[in-house]
Amino acid sequence: MRPLLWVPLTVFLVFLGFVAWGLYAPAARNIQSALIGQPVPEFDLAPAAPGRPGLASIALRQGRPRVVNIFASWCLPCRVEAPQLAELARRGVPIDGIAVRDRTEDLQGFLASYGNPFQAIGADVDRRVQLTLGSAGVPETFVIDGQGIIRHQHIGAINPQDVPAIVAAYEAAR
Amino acid sequence: MRALFVAVALLVAAPALADSLLPAARYADTQLPDPRQEAQARALMETLRCLVCQGQAISDSNAEMAGDMRALVRTRIQAGETPDQVRDWLIARYGNWVTYDPPFSWLTAPLWLLPILLVVGGFFVARGRFKRRRSN
Repeated sequence: MRPLLWVPLTVFLVFLGFVAWGLYAPAARNIQSALIGQPVPEFDLAPAAPGRPGLASIALRQGRPRVVNIFASWCLPCRVEAPQLAELARRGVPIDGIAVRDRTEDLQGFLASYGNPFQAIGADVDRRVQLTLGSAGVPETFVIDGQGIIRHQHIGAINPQDVPAIVAAYEAAR
Repeated sequence: MRALFVAVALLVAAPALADSLLPAARYADTQLPDPRQEAQARALMETLRCLVCQGQAISDSNAEMAGDMRALVRTRIQAGETPDQVRDWLIARYGNWVTYDPPFSWLTAPLWLLPILLVVGGFFVARGRFKRRRSN
């Protein structure tokens, strides 16, 4: 018996294992922003709906952490997470919104139907600010500390079980 | 009766929209006036990955976000940025994942170096074999 003879077969089986793992493991579809731990890029968005001011990056470094929710009236998961945003606002978490590619009348209807937990809502008409933040979809939620450093990113709708993690990230950003 | 029902159902059915109601961004599907810049932007778009339709380049995706990314690329190229600057801007936000042409780093080095090492190793193995046969 020459044990060396088995080396190629073993290598091949290990390779096969990797292939099977790559094929069957659920692919990570979430694209994390590379800006976590970095300052918020400069931006200045006009108001998206009457009654709320627009959103500029300078408002995100006023010494208190803030939560920025990227959403849109045409986004169905955004409706699902609306009660959780209301719950966050009820717990005293300040939330600002960035409305992606939205029209004022659609947005007003959305806020009337699903609630308006936002202190400011910026209109990101051409999705430029969403791309600037490294966000790859709606809804997404960023926690930004008082110095304007991005501390946390939540991808997708905030489900009830996600609320504690967002609150914890907010508390940690203080 | 059934056909009527189907017809009515089709009429009232609203498609599940994953896109906004706003028109496509300027320069999403419009070429730049300067053909040299357009060629640069085009070549860059073919190597950038669409963020929602993962696995497609933004140049051949119909997703709205891909259109917005094409508009971003064209606008920045038109403003005088080089394709590498635009690529680096996106990598700073989305990581190397966003480009189909990842920069050479310690992480990607095996991709380029391993084939060379294997060919060199194979050369020495083959040489050893041929030598032995000749001596027989």
